Amino acid sequence: MELLQSALEILMRWDVALALLAGSVGGVLIGAIPGVGPAVAIAILLPATFSMDPIVGLTVLLGIYGSSMYGGAIPAILINTPGTAVNALTTYDGYPMTARGEPRRALSLAYSASFFGGMFSVICLILFAPVLAKVAPLFGSREIFLAALLGIILVIVAHRGQSLIAGALAAFGIFIQSIGLEPVKYTSRYTFDQPFLSSGINLIVVVLGLFALSQAFVLLTSEDEKIRMTRLRGGLFQGLRELGRHPRVATVSASFGVMMGMIPGVGEFTAQFMSYTYAQRTSKRPQDFGNGSSEGLIAAETANNAVPAAAMVPLLALGIPGEALTAMMLSVFYVHNVVPGPGLFQNDMPFVVALYIALLILNILVLIFLLFATKSLIQVVRIPNRFLGVCILTLSFVGVYSLRNSATDCVMAALFGVLGYILKRLSLPSVPIILGMVLGGIMEVKLRAGMARVKEPLDFIDRPVAFLLFVAILLVLASHVRRVIRERVDLRAAERGVQKSAHRFGNMLGRRRQIFLKDRFKKVRARHAKRLSKFKDLF
Amino acid sequence: MPTERERRFVGPRRGQLIFALFFVAVSVLLLSQIGSQTKWIEKSKLFAQPRFWPAVGLGGMVLLGGMHLYLMPWRRITRYDVTELRKWAQVLEFAAWFMAYVLLVPLIGYLPVTMAFMPLLTWRMGYRQPRMLWLSVGFAVSVVVLFKGFLSVKIPGAAIYEYLPGALRSFFILYL
Repeated sequence: MELLQSALEILMRWDVALALLAGSVGGVLIGAIPGVGPAVAIAILLPATFSMDPIVGLTVLLGIYGSSMYGGAIPAILINTPGTAVNALTTYDGYPMTARGEPRRALSLAYSASFFGGMFSVICLILFAPVLAKVAPLFGSREIFLAALLGIILVIVAHRGQSLIAGALAAFGIFIQSIGLEPVKYTSRYTFDQPFLSSGINLIVVVLGLFALSQAFVLLTSEDEKIRMTRLRGGLFQGLRELGRHPRVATVSASFGVMMGMIPGVGEFTAQFMSYTYAQRTSKRPQDFGNGSSEGLIAAETANNAVPAAAMVPLLALGIPGEALTAMMLSVFYVHNVVPGPGLFQNDMPFVVALYIALLILNILVLIFLLFATKSLIQVVRIPNRFLGVCILTLSFVGVYSLRNSATDCVMAALFGVLGYILKRLSLPSVPIILGMVLGGIMEVKLRAGMARVKEPLDFIDRPVAFLLFVAILLVLASHVRRVIRERVDLRAAERGVQKSAHRFGNMLGRRRQIFLKDRFKKVRARHAKRLSKFKDLF
Repeated sequence: MPTERERRFVGPRRGQLIFALFFVAVSVLLLSQIGSQTKWIEKSKLFAQPRFWPAVGLGGMVLLGGMHLYLMPWRRITRYDVTELRKWAQVLEFAAWFMAYVLLVPLIGYLPVTMAFMPLLTWRMGYRQPRMLWLSVGFAVSVVVLFKGFLSVKIPGAAIYEYLPGALRSFFILYL
C-alpha cells in the first residue's frame, strides 16, 4: 500500500498529467495515420524529452507506444490499411465487417479488446512486480550479458527466412556501436583519424535515420492513395458488451501478449499469431475467421495491446530492451542517469510502479477519447502520403539537429535514412541494427565486468540463472538449426521432385525421339508393319 | 518461371544481389583495416581487448553476409536490379533537400527556413493548390512554435538574427 502511495505521489503533478494526455491523444493520432507509426514519432520526440523529468519524458513515449495500436485499428478496419505494422491482422476480420456494413461494431470491438489487453497486462505486471523485484537482483554482469545475448539471438531467429541477413545487420549494429574512443583503454576504434567519429555514432542519429528519415523517403517517393471512407453512425459502446461474450478468447490472447512481450525480440507479431490461431482452433465458427469474425478481431487486438506493458519488463528489470521502441526509451533513462536494471527494482520501486499506473491511466484516457472522438479522428487518414513525407522530413530535422547542433549528425542521419529506405525496399529488417547497437554496448560492458572474476570458461555459467540462460541460448540455437535443416531438406525434396518429373519427362521424350530416329528401329517398325498387314490379310 | 529456391526467398528479387554484394564488400574492406584501426593491448585479456568487439561485429558481417550472398538464388545482375538502383538514387534528391535545410537553419533561422522549406518541398511534390501551400506554412509555424517555443529544444539562433534590434533579437534567438 505504501508503495502504491509513493507511486501515486510521483504521478500527482500537472506536467505528468499533461504528458499522459499528450501521449495518449498523440499516440492515437499517430497510429491512425498510415505510414507514420510509433517508431517514427518516438524517434522524433526523443531529444525533446531529454529536457523533461524522466517520468514525464517516459510517460509521453509510453503513451505514444501504448496508444498508437488503438489508433492503428481505425484505418485497418475502415480502409483495409493498417495504421501501424502490428494492426495488419486486424484487417483480416475488421475490414470484412466494414464491407458488410458493420464498421461501428468492428471499431467498438477493437477498442474494447485493446482496452482489455492493455489493462490486463498492466494489472498482471503490477501484481508481478514484487516477484520481479526478488528475481532481478539475481542478475549480475554475467547474467545480463547472457540475457542480452539471448535477446539478440531471439531477434535474429525471429526473422524467418532472413535470419542470415538479420544476423549480419545485428553484427553491423554491434560494429557501429564500437566506433569511437574505447572507454577503458582510451584507444580509438575505426575513427579513420576523423574527429567527428571520436565520440562514436549516436544511437538516436541512427534511430532517426533508420525510422523517421527512411519513412519520409518512402512516402516522398510513393503515390498518393485514393481513400474511400465509410461513414460512421451511432455510438461505439456496444463492443464492451460483445467482448463480455468472449471472455476466454480475450483472456488467453492477453496472456499470450504478456508472455510474448516479456521475451526480448518476440513481440506483438508472435503474440497475435498465437492468439489468433488459438481463437480459430477453439472457435465454434472457425470458418468465419478472415471473413469478419468478432473472435478473430478480439484475439488480434487484445494480444497486440498487451505487449507494450510487458515489453517494459526486460527493460526495467534487466536494462535490456527487447525491441526498437524500448531501445529508444533506454536512451531516455541514460540521459537522466537512471540506470534501468536490478538496481532500479531494488532502490526505486515506486518509480517502476508509477510507470505501470501511468500506463493504466493511459488506457482509460485513450478509450474515453476514442469513444467520443472517432468520427472526427478518422479524417487524419485523408492526409496525402507525400505531404506526410514532407512533414516527417521537417520534423526529423528537430530530432537530429537538436541533439548536438551538429551538421555531421544530420549527414549521418541522412545516410542511415538512405540505408533504411533501401532496407524497406528490399523487405529487410532494420530493427536488428538498433538492437545490435544497444545490446552490443551492454554486452561489451557486462562481458568485461563478468570475465574479470572468471578463471575458467565454465565458471561463467556456474550460477543458476546464468546456467539457465545458457541452456536457453543453446535450446534456441538448436531449435533454429533444426528448423533450418528441415527447411533445407524440404527445399531439396521440392527441387528434386520438380527436377525428377521434368527430368523423367525430358528423358522419355529424348528416348522416344532417338527410337524414332535410329535406322535399326526404322527397320524394326517396317518389319512390324509388314507382319501386321499380313495378319490383317488373314481376315 | 521462378525456381523453388527463388519462390521461397523472402522479399522481392530486385536489388537483393547488389545490396548483398555491396554489404559484403564493405564488410571485407573494413575487416581488412582492423589492424590499423584498432589496437591490441599486451597483457590484457581477449574479452577486454579494444579490438574484440569490432572483430565480433565485422566478423559477423562478413560471415553471415557472405553466407546470405552465397545462398542467394541469383548470380547475375539483371535490368530489374539496375532499375532498382536508380530508384535508390532518386532518394538522394530528398536527402539533399534535408541537408540544404540543415545548412540554412544556422544562417537564416529556424522559423524563416522552415516557412520556406515546407511550401517549397510541398510544391516540388506536386501539390500546387493554395490550400495545401497554406497548410504547409501553417504546419511549419506550428512545428517551430511547439518545439522551439514550448519544448525549448536546442536549436541555436541564426547568424542573421544578430542584425536585429536588441529586444527583438533576444526574442528571435530564444523562441524562433
